[in-house]
Amino acid sequence: MNPGFLLAYLIDGLLIGFVYGIAAMGLTLIWGVMNVINLAHGPIIALGMFGVYLLYTGAHINPYLALLIVAAVGLGGGFMIYWIAIHRVINAPHLSTLLATFAVNMIIIGLGTAAFSTSPYTMDFSLGSLTLGVVTIQGTRIVAALAAILVTGGLYLFLYRTATGKYVRAVANNRAAAELMGIPSARILALSFGLGTLLAMVSGGLIATFFPFTILSGGAYELKSFVIGVLGGLGNPLGALAGGLILGLFEGIIPAFVPNTWVPVFEFLLFVLILLVRPTGLFGAKR
Amino acid sequence: MKDQQQSSVALPLPAGRAAYALGVWRNPGLWLVLAVVGLVGAYPIITNQAATREAIFTTLLSIALASSLNILLGYTGYVSFGHVVFFGLGGYLGMYLLNSGVGLPVAVLAGGMIAGLLAFLLGSAILRLRGAYFALATIGINEAMRTFISNFGPFGGPTGISLNFAVYKPYGGAAQALWLTYYSLLSLTLVAIVLSFQVKHSKFGLGLRAIREDEDAAEVMGVITPRAKTWAYVLSAIIPGMAGVLFFFKNGNIEPLDAFRLHFSIELLVMVMLGGQGTVLGPVLGAAGYQQLRGFLLTNPTFKDYQLVLAGALLLLIVLFIPAGAIGWLRARFPRLRRVLP
Amino acid sequence: MLLHVHNVSKSFGGLQALNDVSFELPEGQILGLIGPNGAGKTTLFNVINCVYPPTTGRVTFRGADVTGKKPYDVSRMGMARTHQIVRPLSELTVRENVMVGACYGSHGHRLREAAQIADEVLAFIGLGERADQLAGSLNVAQKKRLELARALAARPQLLLLDEVLAGLNPSEVGAMVETIQHIRETGVTIIMIEHLMHALMKLADYVLVLEFGELIASGTPEEVTSNPAVIEAYLGDPKLAEGLMDSA
Repeated sequence: MNPGFLLAYLIDGLLIGFVYGIAAMGLTLIWGVMNVINLAHGPIIALGMFGVYLLYTGAHINPYLALLIVAAVGLGGGFMIYWIAIHRVINAPHLSTLLATFAVNMIIIGLGTAAFSTSPYTMDFSLGSLTLGVVTIQGTRIVAALAAILVTGGLYLFLYRTATGKYVRAVANNRAAAELMGIPSARILALSFGLGTLLAMVSGGLIATFFPFTILSGGAYELKSFVIGVLGGLGNPLGALAGGLILGLFEGIIPAFVPNTWVPVFEFLLFVLILLVRPTGLFGAKR
Repeated sequence: MKDQQQSSVALPLPAGRAAYALGVWRNPGLWLVLAVVGLVGAYPIITNQAATREAIFTTLLSIALASSLNILLGYTGYVSFGHVVFFGLGGYLGMYLLNSGVGLPVAVLAGGMIAGLLAFLLGSAILRLRGAYFALATIGINEAMRTFISNFGPFGGPTGISLNFAVYKPYGGAAQALWLTYYSLLSLTLVAIVLSFQVKHSKFGLGLRAIREDEDAAEVMGVITPRAKTWAYVLSAIIPGMAGVLFFFKNGNIEPLDAFRLHFSIELLVMVMLGGQGTVLGPVLGAAGYQQLRGFLLTNPTFKDYQLVLAGALLLLIVLFIPAGAIGWLRARFPRLRRVLP
Repeated sequence: MLLHVHNVSKSFGGLQALNDVSFELPEGQILGLIGPNGAGKTTLFNVINCVYPPTTGRVTFRGADVTGKKPYDVSRMGMARTHQIVRPLSELTVRENVMVGACYGSHGHRLREAAQIADEVLAFIGLGERADQLAGSLNVAQKKRLELARALAARPQLLLLDEVLAGLNPSEVGAMVETIQHIRETGVTIIMIEHLMHALMKLADYVLVLEFGELIASGTPEEVTSNPAVIEAYLGDPKLAEGLMDSA
């Protein structure tokens, strides 16, 4: 293979990896704090895609400005989902929260299909492209990666520099103890779910700026988020970003050697393998 | 304390123990459910209606699969999100064999065996994972299998396998073959119910339920947990593997997306949950109820577009308010029913 | 010797939970195991019944080296235990809980025999009336009895009792002590972790004292309670020291 092409693939993969990273961060934050695997993650990502699309196409708002609105909606929507669907079963066996979030998945997909059908949408938006030698990179991808880095930085500032962030970490660490210290754990859980939803929707919005999508597109990114979450260690947001980059690079490199369709095979095998060998992730502590 | 010990010999057997002394086969609930499923299953045969047959085929398939899943989910307490992998893999192998000229019975058995074998090989590895990690691993395996088969030449890659029309010939043509699959599935469903009952009321099943309640305590009491879990997994995989062959034989073709549809796995979980996990009747009732409801929502003009939304809302209500499912709720509410509702 | 613990040490990360513990247990005895909280008593149980392997050292049970085996292996060889924090199989009936013990214990009974044994054991232990109840619905004292019933149904040769008397009121303690004496009369060897010294004085033939994972004293209950090292060890724990003084 032409080394220029390989380089282009790698850079593309890396840039996408940042966006995967924040999608997975949403999933892994919810897991880490609440011990809930959010099966509504995919449809929520898709909602982010449609949110940015509608604001841009319908109201002519700049997609990156629209992203802020989508983020706010995500936070609020996450609160709502928590109080309606999850709060009651937060201490029940895993099956309950898995099915509760899956019910939310069905409701969102159902409403989304009724509203948008399942046909593909494309945003007519471009920031031009950057050419360096043989490598050409779309502007939207560069901005998406930068936005993902900003979001990650923001999340870390929140978690490590604010009192509320400290509460979130305390609840993640030991909910019962946090409650004894007077931390309102239910509100913190709702906030965490809101943040997870926000991250998912923002990642969806960023993806929409360069890939076509349908209401069902989120499913693929949900599965990728699982893979990344396990790679980086479930419950470890920074691990998720690293995991996202690894997956992005992986997706960039593999097509150079085998047909593209083999990429997911390796991804899922890797996923199962890591669950078996190091369930705490590549960057997690040893068991 | 000593008085009680002596008097217990003279008194008639306590009711809960009589079940073990007289043999579990005297349970009226089992015979009732077998009779009802048998009769409903026989209805299209007696009336010779192909249309009803199709609807009942789907319900029987769901009952067989949900009852099998329940062995792992309800009795052992392990949540498999990717159970459809056995259905799909069995179906694929069956279709491949059928096209190479193997008869249907052999293909069905081979489908069951490959599913059981996969469960056996996977079981010893992934059943070490607990809770959500196990659930995630089963999703990963299903997706790995689906994407692998999409790339696997002998199984037709992304386009899958279509049956040669000649395959139906020995069975008297396609129309007759449809009836044959129906009889076979009906029998398989009854076997699945009996298997589910037998497992629950066996020593092996007692060990599984001990694992469900507290795996470490079960281990200390002497249950060889890795072995028990692996066999539970194998038993829950075989019938889905066989049913997969029947389903895709009837269908005429198989594709990766149909064979390994994650959504179908989750629907099975919903059925088990709806009826009551860990009970024999629960998955039967849950599967029948779910398919009835689905059929109603899909055909009703008002709800057609919103069937997924309504199904989701209903699932949410069940998870939030009656997590034990219909049968579980009845058993908890009326403890006397425990003996008649297996 | 029924049980032989050779130089067992166990550490968790940097924490040394057991340090070079050795003892032998002949058949038919009741061995008491005492020591302040965190001394490593339950850890020693967990090593003996193979919940985790020792870091160094060996355990032999009935002449066979069981180091590195699993709890279900030793259970089938005739070792049963109760847990300090009760672990009922909540959604199973009381009878079914005990049947698990009978089915998977030393004799590996079939279901029908197990049901009969369960009823006998439950009657012996005083839970006969509750056989058809769900185990989760029992109160704590009943759950403690259930733990014991499950262990007994396994027909063990060695029974490990982890604080079966804790949390019981005086009359319940009396009944339980009587029960344990009956068990011993059937020829079962027992190791019991216990804080109630006066109960231990009645039951134990021999007592081991653990402190910070080390065996600091051993002897008959009388010898141990008058041992200055033991009294000192217990001074940090006034409640226990009081119990020790009462019995002395």
